[in-house]
Amino acid sequence: MKFGVIVFPGSNCDRDVVYVTQDILKQPTRKVWHQDTDLSDIDVVVVPGGFSYGDYLRCGAIARFSAIMRSVLDHAQAGKPVLGICNGFQILTEVGLLPGALVRNRDLHFICDRVPLTIERHDCPWTQAYAGRHEINLPIAHGEGRYHADADTLAQLEDQGRVLFRYCSPSGAVDESGNPNGSLNNIAGICNEAGNVLGMMPHPERAADAQLGSTDGLGLFQGLLKSQLAAVSS
Amino acid sequence: MSQTYQAQIYVTLRPSVLDPAGTAVESGLQQLGFTGVERVRIGKYVELTVTATDDADAKQQVDQMCDRLLANPTIENYRFEVQAVTESMSEGVTA
Repeated sequence: MKFGVIVFPGSNCDRDVVYVTQDILKQPTRKVWHQDTDLSDIDVVVVPGGFSYGDYLRCGAIARFSAIMRSVLDHAQAGKPVLGICNGFQILTEVGLLPGALVRNRDLHFICDRVPLTIERHDCPWTQAYAGRHEINLPIAHGEGRYHADADTLAQLEDQGRVLFRYCSPSGAVDESGNPNGSLNNIAGICNEAGNVLGMMPHPERAADAQLGSTDGLGLFQGLLKSQLAAVSS
Repeated sequence: MSQTYQAQIYVTLRPSVLDPAGTAVESGLQQLGFTGVERVRIGKYVELTVTATDDADAKQQVDQMCDRLLANPTIENYRFEVQAVTESMSEGVTA
């Protein structure tokens, strides 16, 4: 399974993703410069975290017009996996692959922390490796991560079961006390209707090496590999 | 004949979007003694010049810029004014 990690000017989590997919999971991985347009050899596209184009105007607003994004759209529309993490999630909303927007945190702070999340469903590739676990802890690092969408969009996301991760309290309660940034419905990660595009503010790639204290994020990547193996054997 | 227009664009958060920065500034103003201050909302102001054939063309171009990039319709509203730049104005712009 070949991973392509998009690199914009200002991306800063690209190498962390490459470390996970290439060094830990031993999968072929290529960094893709934002001015390139060819993703034909790539199975999974990762839009990494960082501050693409300095977050000018709005987070992700300028990155959306990069040459590579046309190919990312085609990749997503072909049903292949696209993962947006943090700034990558912001870019995916700006380009219209995911609904809603990420706005300034409720309390105005840039939050750099490790927070508990609930896993809302286990029957999709992104979360299947977490079977039996309903809660994980992942790092977050953002100033503009408060998920916002209009009431109709929120209702649609909920009805279609497209919220995959929610912020929660240490005891697992999805309530205001466990909501670090004020996201509507405690949303930390959502997927598109087809399920192949996932955007999330928490950083699974920063919790994938036991030497760094946690492997709670590794399951996300392992789930993808598992789905690929299933596709090959069927 | 084409003509240069100056556009003044205001991008504001939709009323339904919480504006924590506005709330913080409101509290600052109240601490300064402006106790009557309410509903502070912080937006963006963009100015630019654009070449267009006439007023309608200038407005149409700016509207598209706002819709496609300068504002995010999910969270923001926008409004703008355009004005043809005259000789004396353009001196003022560069000064």
